[in-house]
Amino acid sequence: MSDTFQLDGKNVPFESGQTVMQAALAAGHYIPHLCYHPEFKPHGSCKLCTVKVGGRTAASCTMPAEAGLNVESNIEEMNGLRRTLVQMLFAEGNHFCPSCEKSGNCMLQALGYDLEVHTAGFRHLYPDRPLDASHPDILLDFNRCILCELCVRASSEVDGKNVFALSGRGIAKHLIVNAKSELLKDTDIALADKAMQVCPVGVILKKRVGFSVPIGERRYDQRPISAQALDDAPRLSDASSSCAACEGTP
Amino acid sequence: MVSVPGPHATYLNPILERHGHAAASLLQILREAQEHFGYVHPDALDYLSAQLRLPRARIEGVAGFYSFICLQPHGEYRVLFSDNITDRMLGSQTLMEQMCQQLWVEPGKASEDGLVSIGATSCTGMCDQGPAMLVNGRAVTHLSHQRVQEIAHLIRNRTPLDDWPGDFFRVEDNIRRKGLLLDSTLAPGDVLRAALAPGAADIVAAITASGLRGRGGAGFPTGLKWEACRLAQGAEHYVVCNADEGEPGTFKDRVLLTSHADLVFEGMTLCALAIGARKGFLYLRGEYRYLLEPLQAVLQRRRENNLLGACILGQPGFDFDIAIHLGAGAYICGEESALIESLEGKRGVPRSRPPFPVTHGYLQQPTAVDNVEIFCQAALAIHMGADNYRAIGTPKSSGSKLISVSGDCPRPGIYEYPFGVSVREVLKDCGAANTRAVQISGPSGVCVAESEFGRKLCFEDLPTAGAFMVFDDSRDLFEVARNFVHFFAHESCGFCTPCRVGTSMLKQTMDKIAAGHGTRYDLAEIEHLDQVLQTSSHCGLGRTACNPVLHTLRHFRPAYENRLKSLDFEPAFDLDGALARARQMTGRDDAGAHLKPEET
Repeated sequence: MSDTFQLDGKNVPFESGQTVMQAALAAGHYIPHLCYHPEFKPHGSCKLCTVKVGGRTAASCTMPAEAGLNVESNIEEMNGLRRTLVQMLFAEGNHFCPSCEKSGNCMLQALGYDLEVHTAGFRHLYPDRPLDASHPDILLDFNRCILCELCVRASSEVDGKNVFALSGRGIAKHLIVNAKSELLKDTDIALADKAMQVCPVGVILKKRVGFSVPIGERRYDQRPISAQALDDAPRLSDASSSCAACEGTP
Repeated sequence: MVSVPGPHATYLNPILERHGHAAASLLQILREAQEHFGYVHPDALDYLSAQLRLPRARIEGVAGFYSFICLQPHGEYRVLFSDNITDRMLGSQTLMEQMCQQLWVEPGKASEDGLVSIGATSCTGMCDQGPAMLVNGRAVTHLSHQRVQEIAHLIRNRTPLDDWPGDFFRVEDNIRRKGLLLDSTLAPGDVLRAALAPGAADIVAAITASGLRGRGGAGFPTGLKWEACRLAQGAEHYVVCNADEGEPGTFKDRVLLTSHADLVFEGMTLCALAIGARKGFLYLRGEYRYLLEPLQAVLQRRRENNLLGACILGQPGFDFDIAIHLGAGAYICGEESALIESLEGKRGVPRSRPPFPVTHGYLQQPTAVDNVEIFCQAALAIHMGADNYRAIGTPKSSGSKLISVSGDCPRPGIYEYPFGVSVREVLKDCGAANTRAVQISGPSGVCVAESEFGRKLCFEDLPTAGAFMVFDDSRDLFEVARNFVHFFAHESCGFCTPCRVGTSMLKQTMDKIAAGHGTRYDLAEIEHLDQVLQTSSHCGLGRTACNPVLHTLRHFRPAYENRLKSLDFEPAFDLDGALARARQMTGRDDAGAHLKPEET
C-alpha cells in the first residue's frame, strides 16, 4: 500500500522507507540536488535539496517520507537558499568552467544555470589544491571537488576498494587517496570502477578523451538539469544498477 | 595480508593488544600511538591499516579530523595557547608572541631544530585560571610573563615535562558557591543501594517525576530519554557520559570529574540499571587528558567495591562497567551523534536524525547520552526523592545548575544555584563591576546586555549549558564576537556546505570589518549568512554560528558601525597589503615601497 504527501501542492505517493527525495523523483517531481545519487544511501551533505516542511527546513534526501507532510520545494525562499549554496561551492573551490573538460556535463554548473545564479556572491577562497596526474589513465583535479563523497561511497560500497576518503576538517576538509605516496597511481583504481563514473563535477577524469563531445552538445547543454534528472530517475527501479547520469558504460 | 614487523610494531602491538585490535577503538589507538612517538608516523598508519583491516586512507581521514592528532612532526614540545576570548582578555596573545620570540619560532610552525612548535587551540576549559596552554597535551594554567619565560627556558634545555615545577600544572576547582550537588556528601553506592529494590521502571518514573532536564543547554527531559532508551529494542544498551566539555567558557564538568567523579559514575550506573545497559563510556575531552589516570583510579576502586563489574552490590544480572575514551580536539564531538561516531573510531561528523541515539546510538544500539552534570543530578534526584527535588528551582527547570563564571570579575569559578537565579545576582556574587555584557552558555548561546541583567537562568528564560563570560565596559564586543566566529570556523566539521563554507565566509567578513574595510553591505551579508546557516545547516553548530554576531549587533551596533567605511561597498582586497610580500623580499619598507594613502 502506498500513502501520499504533498509536494508543492501535488500528491506524491511513497513507499515505506523512502525519503522525500526518493519518492519525489520516482513520481516525476524534481528537487535540486548534488550529493544525492539514486544508487547510494543518501547522506545529506550538500543541502541543495533543502525543503520547507511545516515551517521547518530539512534536507529532503534524508528526510523520511510521511503521510500528510506538506513539503514546499519550488518556492523562492528555498531557491534563493540553493543559489547561495551553489555560490558557496563555487567560491570554495577553483572552478573555471570555460576550460573545464566537464563543462556541459557538470552538475554544479548545470545547477548554476538552472537556478539562475548570475553573480559570484562571495569572495572566492582560491585554495591551493595541486593536481594528481600520476596515474597513466586518470587525472584528479581537486580544484573542482565539492566534497559530495560520491566517489568515496562508490569506491567503498560498489567497487569494494576504498580508493578515496576524506581528511581534514571544516574548510580544510579534502579528498585523499588510499596510498602512502598520496598518489592515485599507487592505488588499485581501475577505469571500469564505479568511482570513475559518479563525480558530479570534474575531479575524476579519464585521460586522453578530452572534449570528445563538443561543448554545446553535452548533457546539460541539451536540456536543463531539472529535466535531465527526471529522465534519470527511473534508474532507481532499474535492477541492473545502471545510471544514466553516470558516465561511461557501467 | 602478512605484515612485516617494523620499528613501529614494537610500540603499536601493546596498544593494539590493549584495544583488542578493534577498529572502533581507532581514535584511542591513534592517540596512544602518538603519545608514544610524538606524532603518528606514516609507517605507523600502514601498520595499523594492516592490523585493523581498515583502509589506510580511512585511518588518515580520522587522524586528519582531530586537532590533537598529528601526521607530521611538530616539535618535541607542542605548545598550544588556549584561544578563548577570556584567555585573550588576560593577555594570552602577548604571551604567545613573547614565547615565539624567546624560542625563535613562528606561530604554527615547528622550529627548524625540531624542538618546539607554538600555536593556538580552542578554549581548554581553564577560563577561571587563564591564560592557559597545553604542552604536549598537558594543561598549564595561570600563565604570566614570568611563567612563559621559565617555560621557554625549560623547553630550550629539553627538560622533560615530568621535571617541570608541579605548580605549572596545578588546576584549581575554584568552587565559589555550593548547592545541593557540590554540598552532597553521598557515599559511593548510597544511591545504587536505594535504587536496587524498586527496579528499572521505578527509577525512570522517579526521574521523570523529578522534572530533570538535560544540562547541556537543550534541556531535553531526562526521564523521557531514559524511558525511550529502556524500551528500545537492541542486543545491547549503552550509557554514554558526554564529558567533551568544549563550549568555550565552560568548565563545570572539569570540576565535577575532579572532585565528584564518584557521583558521576554513580549516576551512570544508575542509568545503566534503568535502561538495562552493561557497558558505559565516559567521553573525556582531550584537553582534560590529565584527569585520565585519576578517573581510572576511581573506576578501579569502584570495581573493587563491587560498584562496577559483575553482580553489582550482589544483585544477580546487574553487570555494568565503564570505559574512558579520550577526545582529540574537536568541539563538534560534544554533539551527541558526532560523539558516538567518534566513540566508534570515526570522524566526528553528526549523524542524520532520525533515527536518534536512544534507538540507534553506539554501534546502532539504544544509547543514552547525557551530560556529566545530569548523571550527578539524577543520582541526587533519586536520593532526595522526586518531589523534594522538584521543589528546587522553577516550575519547568527543577534542581540546581552549575555556572562557570569567567572574564571580568574578581572571583571567577564555579557557582551552583537553584534554577531561576538572575544574571544580576550572579554578577553580584562574582564581584563583577561596570559590566557591559555577559555571554550566556558560550558562543552558541546568548549575549545579554545590561538592560537584560534581570533575566533568569532557567529553561523558561535563558537556558544555559553553564558558561557565563563577563565583559566590562573596557571590552570591545565586536572583538568578542570575532573571536567566537573564528572559533566556529575552526570547529566546523565540514560535512555540510552551509556550515563548512558559511562559517569561513563569516570569518572573512568579520576580519574585513576589523581591518577597516567593512561597509553596510557587509552587515547585510552577515544577516544573509545567518539566514542560510540557520535554515540549512546539518547540526546546531552551523545553526548557532551567527548568534554571537547577531546578538552583539543588536546590543552594540556602534561597535560595528564605528569600524565601517561610509561607503556602500568596499573590496576586501587591500592593494598596499598585497605588496607586503614584495617588500619583505626586497628588504624595503620605505615610503616609496608603499602605495600613497590616496591611492589605496
